Amino acid sequence: MTDSAEQGGETPSRRRTRTGLLFALIPVAAFVVIGVFLFRGLSLDPSEIYSVLIDKPAPAFDLAPLPGKEHGLATSDLTQPVQLVNVFASWCVACRVEHPLLMELKRNGTVPIYGLNYKDQPQAALNWLRNFGDPYDRIGSDLNGRVGIDFGVYGVPETFIVNGEGIIVRKITGPITPQILQKELLPLIAEMQK
Amino acid sequence: MAPELGQYALVLAILVAVVQAIVPQIGAYRRDAAWMGVAPVAARAQFLLVLFAFGCLMTSFIASDFSVVNVFENSHSLKPMIYKISGVWGNHEGSLLLWILILTLFGAAVAQFGQNLPPTLQARVLSVQAMIGVGFLAFILFTSNPFARLDPAPFEGAGLNPLLQDPALAIHPPFLYLGYVGLSVAFSFAVAALIEGRVDPAWARWVRPWTLAAWCCLTAGIALGSYWAYYELGWGGWWFWDPVENASFMPWLAATALLHSSIVVEKRDALKSWTVLLAILAFSLSLLGTFLVRSGVLNSVHAFASDPARGVFILAFLVFVVGGSLTLYAIRAPSLKGGGLFRPISREGTLVLNNLLLSTACFTVLLGTLYPLFLDAVAEEKVSVGPPYFNAVFVPLMTPLIAALAIGPMLAWKRGDLAGVMGRLKFVAAIAVLVGLGMAWYAWNVMPLAVLGFALVAWLSLGVFREWAERVRLFRWDIADSWRRATGLPRASYGMSVAHLGVALTVFGITASEAWQEEKQVFMRPGDVQTVSDFELTFVGAERLPGPNYSSLAGTFAVTRNGQPVTILQPEARTFTNPPMETTEAAIRTTLAGDLYTVVGEGDGQGGYAVRLYYKPMVIWIWLGTLAMMIGGMISLSDRRHRIGAPARKPAEAADTDRDSGALAAAGAGD
Repeated sequence: MTDSAEQGGETPSRRRTRTGLLFALIPVAAFVVIGVFLFRGLSLDPSEIYSVLIDKPAPAFDLAPLPGKEHGLATSDLTQPVQLVNVFASWCVACRVEHPLLMELKRNGTVPIYGLNYKDQPQAALNWLRNFGDPYDRIGSDLNGRVGIDFGVYGVPETFIVNGEGIIVRKITGPITPQILQKELLPLIAEMQK
Repeated sequence: MAPELGQYALVLAILVAVVQAIVPQIGAYRRDAAWMGVAPVAARAQFLLVLFAFGCLMTSFIASDFSVVNVFENSHSLKPMIYKISGVWGNHEGSLLLWILILTLFGAAVAQFGQNLPPTLQARVLSVQAMIGVGFLAFILFTSNPFARLDPAPFEGAGLNPLLQDPALAIHPPFLYLGYVGLSVAFSFAVAALIEGRVDPAWARWVRPWTLAAWCCLTAGIALGSYWAYYELGWGGWWFWDPVENASFMPWLAATALLHSSIVVEKRDALKSWTVLLAILAFSLSLLGTFLVRSGVLNSVHAFASDPARGVFILAFLVFVVGGSLTLYAIRAPSLKGGGLFRPISREGTLVLNNLLLSTACFTVLLGTLYPLFLDAVAEEKVSVGPPYFNAVFVPLMTPLIAALAIGPMLAWKRGDLAGVMGRLKFVAAIAVLVGLGMAWYAWNVMPLAVLGFALVAWLSLGVFREWAERVRLFRWDIADSWRRATGLPRASYGMSVAHLGVALTVFGITASEAWQEEKQVFMRPGDVQTVSDFELTFVGAERLPGPNYSSLAGTFAVTRNGQPVTILQPEARTFTNPPMETTEAAIRTTLAGDLYTVVGEGDGQGGYAVRLYYKPMVIWIWLGTLAMMIGGMISLSDRRHRIGAPARKPAEAADTDRDSGALAAAGAGD
């Protein structure tokens, strides 16, 4: 930084060296800040999406049934100690991935599952359920997606775990995988049913 | 047997690396030739050991030895041979081994080609290189063993991610790693120079070819990745500002800046402290990219399966390497003596401008990439930073960069004559303005930015030719003299022209394809016709076809133009069962004038299919431009002054050629 000859004492060149040192410290200081955040980042999960509805009551809604089905779905139906509200659609590929797991839950009678049929043709939804099986105790047809918006649906499928007071306890974004089922969902349900 | 031998080789390699890190460093301090002499031997041994280990892993993949966990998880006996081989680096452990292989390859290359380096500098460079090697070898041995066994061995492998079964992606990682890891050489030179306390033109001359080689590979790797994304992901885009793409783009920006600033060190003995910092930052950004991709800190489609233990390890290593080198920089940089002074309007001045703009661009990419992480850590909010941010900051940064690109090479060192240069560029400027006006008339309502884009393209590409014409005195002397001058120009000068022309071509491709892209998303039934650009696409139909390990929905389009048949396009949507995944195989008709791009999607159950049709004018020029940049780099690399090595060894010749080669002698003469 300095190339003028040293003249002894508090010379401009000495002062310039000190400014030089300050400038040279900037990169390492910036790196320390970034490093702290990277370390913090290791314990965060970027794919976890917060829902503002956690620990809040489920939004008020009352949806008609699919044609030919007996029950629709309304807020007042959420009366079990624990129930799943599963947002699904026949056009959604990932829903097909989690579907066998829902069927298994239904067969074992683990927990009531309520379907929120999101922005779907009723007939397409009925075909889908006929072809693959119907894991739902009740299904509300959310034709225009209005209720989905109230639930803050981000992408289909999503699953809300609702307790006896109609409060959303947890939300799973994306398909339920065997791992999520075993490690998160089943323990949570067991605990809530106690 | 092979996996065990491979693992032993890795253990031996880390021992050699430890010796190589310590002994030559002490030897250089004590000026002990025998101790310093350990470095080149150890560097070669380390390379051979890692090469052997890599060969062992590749043997297991080729033989489909599913008793090796890594082979089981990433290969399948029915896969074509090229994907069995590329499967070696299509996963975390194997790609790490490839990374180390390339690192030791560069170490061995420094040992081989660096024989004319001062012994202390070579010893220190190889010692720093070995320290990096120790870190990565420990990482692979303790957290990511590629040779772990399975008992009992399964009969069949799980298969490679279908998206990765692609020729471009088979060769993309090796190029990218050659680039990333090649920057480690510049880094080691920078740290060694800081330890020595001396940075001079000779140092820059030694660093430059390594940086150039790494830069060429990085350019190729990024271009391949981008082209893959273009045709494989089926969205028709070629750059998504995804964290992993940014992770490769940041070192590229830093390396580009480094290439240019090291010229100033070499010719004018100035900007030394800054160049050393850039060399450190370029490799640090490569390491940061590695951390981001492998730790799960950021969300990306490209990320490897992440593991927190690995994240902690890489972070610790990052702190050691980056924190250590930057601390060393903070201690030593203030004492580096500044060299030649220069005016703002000069060749150096424009190179400083280039560096300011490139490093600002690099910083904005860093900010955009890490911002979601910052916000999540501080405010527990999830955001994603996407193209709107990056596009908004990049256009204002690249515009002055490209404008200066045509002027800089024509300015003289030290004190330039801007008025004179502008005088010589007046025709170029006039044509650029005309192009801009023509575009304003033609395309203002489509995309105002296209006006700027095309004006810049005209300015830069003609400016490059004007500069060449100036050097060979094309319009002033007789043709024979111009020819003599043209053949006498150093290759580095041609390399620069070709690379700068590449920038113009890429900007051209981006501007044209963004401005006049046509896009249709429609449902089509067999027999339906859609018109895109001046093509008529008749949807012939779609059928389910079985594939080896997927089922495919294949659509067929008959393409005509003015009633004349042009081609048949058959895009597919493939559904893989294991692992469950959907891929789109777009069908593309590529010409220099534009790409016709078709994608077929789900049926509506009533005979119609969701299809996407694009026409992307001139889009191929984006990659032709990057190819030109890479070729420019390679031409420059072949310049004889890199091969001779030591500077000013042939002063007579330097005096004979133009100001470029003569500048060093001139600088030495004390101007």
